[in-house]
Amino acid sequence: MDNNTIIALKNIVVDFDGEAVLNGLSLDIHDKEFVTLLGPSGCGKTTTLRVIGGFLEPKSGSVFFNAKDITHLPPYKRQVNTVFQKYALFPHLNVYENVAFGLRLRKVDEKELKTRVLEMLEMVGLRGFERRNPVTLSGGQQQRVAIARALVNHPKVLLLDEPLGALDLKLRKEMQGELKRIQQNADITFIYVTHDQEEALTMSDTVVVMNGGYIQQIGSPVDIYNEPENAFVADFIGESNILSGVMERDFSVEFAGRQFTCVDKGFAKRALVDVVVRPEDIQVVPAIQGQLSGVVKSVIFKGVHYEMIVEQAGTNWKIHSTQAQQPGQIIGMSIGPDEIHIMHKMED
Amino acid sequence: MKLKSKIIAAPYLVWMTAFIVAPLLMVLYFAFTDKAGRFTLENLSGLSQYTPVFVRSILLAAIATVICLVLAYPLSFMLSRLREGKQRIMLMLVMLPMWMNFLLRTYAWMTLLERNGLINRFLGLFGVGPLNMINTQGAVVLGMVYNYLPYMILPLYTIMVKIDDSLIEAAQDLGAGRVHTLTKVLLPLSVPGITTGITMVFVPSISTFIISRMLGGGSNLLIGDLIELQFLGNSYNYNLGSAMSLVLMVVVLLCMSFTNQLDNENKEGGVV
Repeated sequence: MDNNTIIALKNIVVDFDGEAVLNGLSLDIHDKEFVTLLGPSGCGKTTTLRVIGGFLEPKSGSVFFNAKDITHLPPYKRQVNTVFQKYALFPHLNVYENVAFGLRLRKVDEKELKTRVLEMLEMVGLRGFERRNPVTLSGGQQQRVAIARALVNHPKVLLLDEPLGALDLKLRKEMQGELKRIQQNADITFIYVTHDQEEALTMSDTVVVMNGGYIQQIGSPVDIYNEPENAFVADFIGESNILSGVMERDFSVEFAGRQFTCVDKGFAKRALVDVVVRPEDIQVVPAIQGQLSGVVKSVIFKGVHYEMIVEQAGTNWKIHSTQAQQPGQIIGMSIGPDEIHIMHKMED
Repeated sequence: MKLKSKIIAAPYLVWMTAFIVAPLLMVLYFAFTDKAGRFTLENLSGLSQYTPVFVRSILLAAIATVICLVLAYPLSFMLSRLREGKQRIMLMLVMLPMWMNFLLRTYAWMTLLERNGLINRFLGLFGVGPLNMINTQGAVVLGMVYNYLPYMILPLYTIMVKIDDSLIEAAQDLGAGRVHTLTKVLLPLSVPGITTGITMVFVPSISTFIISRMLGGGSNLLIGDLIELQFLGNSYNYNLGSAMSLVLMVVVLLCMSFTNQLDNENKEGGVV
């Protein structure tokens, strides 16, 4: 835990009816960072958020806020605010009163309250909506009321639980940019939960990939994408061809029936490894020139590129290319040393 | 489409006319006529001597309603937060007494509260009592609460299961402790259930005659008892009975419009 750490989780264990959801999770979150907890449903990301928010007390482990133990502090005493998955706006209050809710509880005087609420509504682009009932607003607008209602309290940390899940694609893209802008303006920490890897890569400073109650990898979006630590991360972030291989020696790996030069070293001799190759990293070349050759089984137009499935010695390779090949055609595949990612075999 | 829905509604319209509208008109007619069928206001003006009974009825029904609300509110909330399977079992337990005959249930309380009843005999073992429990206003209120409590629980529960956990969590997240979560979120959101519950307990309580007769003895007559006397009892005066029913109806309508007012105010939302 360094000085810049605002929230630290230490060995958090949570189980529901004896079924472990978090298995001794430890995580440091730095001040003013945009951190995303990313993973498939049931991976424990929302549970982690609820532990930080105080809605769930861990079975064991501690939560620190600015180096102070807040594990047993109830939610209303934490300097953390939450934007809930389904917004959870109060239907009996109008937009203004929803945003003012936290300030009223803190007995902020009426004049300051009004300034702060209107300022916040201005920031999320909802001036003039004060008297509207939240149920009459669109999903995107409700979303922004929820953000305003949380941010008006000047929290140190904002927790967001899949806040864009209910929005359509176009609005989601807009809100992604909006959220990033809000985070930079407010200059606070955002902890963001999502299962959408593209969303995570677009907005975050740090991505925490989770699965089965464990953290799989923590890193910047670029690191997570380019240097996945294991086959799960490689598969979850972007698309991947994952093959079993044997590490012959440093800088040399065998998979798909032949030797490849790679940039990895430090594995045990003849160690069993997972080899990950991104579909866009495979070059399509004439059959005789490729390191491997295979038969094109299908071609699908995806907009920017074509996605081809190529069968090579019983393995189906996924290849992204801007040039379409004919199904049935025999093509060559070429993979550069930089494009081969080698990771320890997952235990399962 | 419109015609079709009218046809479907027809049986109920016939039913309503025959068994609701017609009797109401008859009550109205009898209330303003004497035995010979002549128009008179005597029935209504003669009611002033029964003012204490009216006041007692309103008071006891109001007390019973408040007690029901206080008991049912936390219980309903607890029920609504249980797991679905448990909710069903608990709801069944709430409704279980309703499967038994109303008279039987009230008789049971008589034997419990009597001077030689079970409670007094039990207390006697410790040298306490015997307490004077039967034939008191307290016993009448107890009877009302016991019989009508499910009618308060059910509407409250129905509204509370619809209040999402995340609203309560949002309140806590924004700095509300238990008290503020209750007063600023839970209570305002459950007002429709509260008003329905109040109506469903207050109305039968104010017009009951069995409970007061069996548990209240002769000295705690309620309007219901008076009305019954005019139609079935010795006094036999259905003109007076109709006048009493009419006034009771007005009292009930006033109370209901008051609770509805509360409901509407709530719907308008907060002010800027």
